[in-house]
Amino acid sequence: MTKKKRWYDYLWIWSILYFALGFFNILFAWLGMIDFLLPLFIAIFGGNKFFCNHLCGRGQLFTVLGKQCKCSRQKPAPAWISSKWFRYGFLIFFLMMFANIIHQTYLVYGGTSSLREVVKLFWTFRIPWGWAYTAGTTADWIVQFSFGFYSLMLTSTLIGLIMMVLFRPRTWCSFCPMGCMTQLICKAKSHGQQPE
Amino acid sequence: MASKNYAEVNWKRCVSCGACTHECPKGAIHVWKGCYAIVDSALCVGCGKCQRICPANCIEVKPREVVT
Repeated sequence: MTKKKRWYDYLWIWSILYFALGFFNILFAWLGMIDFLLPLFIAIFGGNKFFCNHLCGRGQLFTVLGKQCKCSRQKPAPAWISSKWFRYGFLIFFLMMFANIIHQTYLVYGGTSSLREVVKLFWTFRIPWGWAYTAGTTADWIVQFSFGFYSLMLTSTLIGLIMMVLFRPRTWCSFCPMGCMTQLICKAKSHGQQPE
Repeated sequence: MASKNYAEVNWKRCVSCGACTHECPKGAIHVWKGCYAIVDSALCVGCGKCQRICPANCIEVKPREVVT
C-alpha cells in the first residue's frame, strides 16, 4: 500500500534550506522561530502533535537520510535516552541555553556586550561565521539572536544526525525538547484521560 | 481471520513522535491526542514494522491470546 504524498511530506527540504540560507545570511535564522512556535501553538490550541507527526522537517530529514538512504544502523537506542528523567533534563538544559541566547541578545541590545559574529557548536566550539552578515545592515541585537538561534538549531540537528547514524533514524525525536514540551501540553490538555 | 500477532505500545514510554504511523502498512496505529500511539488491534497484522522504527523502542509485537 503506497500512501498518497502530501505537500507537507516534503518539508525535509525546508530543514536543509534553513541551514543553507543561514550560511549565506544569518538573519534567516529568525525563520527557525516558526519551528519553535508552531508546535507549541498546535499543541496549545489543537491539543495534538500534528507538528511532530506531519510537519517536522527535521524528523522527516532523519527518515529520508536514515531509512531511505540507509545512513542508519537501525539499532535500538539505550533505554535511558527515552527515559523521563533524561527527556525532562534535556528539556530544562535546552531551555536554559535558549534563555542564555535571550540574555546575550539583551546584553547586546543594552550595549553592555558587543556583537559576536560566531556560531557556537555544541555550546562549546566557536566557529567564525562573519561572512554571513554585513556589519551595519540592521540592529546588532537582531543579529546576535540570529547567531545564537542558528547555533542552537545547527547543534541540535548535528546531535540528531549522530543519533540517526548510531541508532534508529528518528532517535532524536525520543528526547527532542520540542516534542517533550508539546507532549506535556497534550497530556495536560487531555487531563490524563485514556482512550477507550 | 485475525493475525497471529499484534503490536502493543507501552504508552508510558511512548514519545508520540508519529514515526510508527508513517510506517504501518494498514493504518492501524495513530497518535491519540498527542499523548501516545495506540494500535487498533483489529486492523493490526503484527508485521513488526512499527516496532523496528520506534525511536523509543516502546512497541512490542505479541501473540494474540486465543479465545476458546
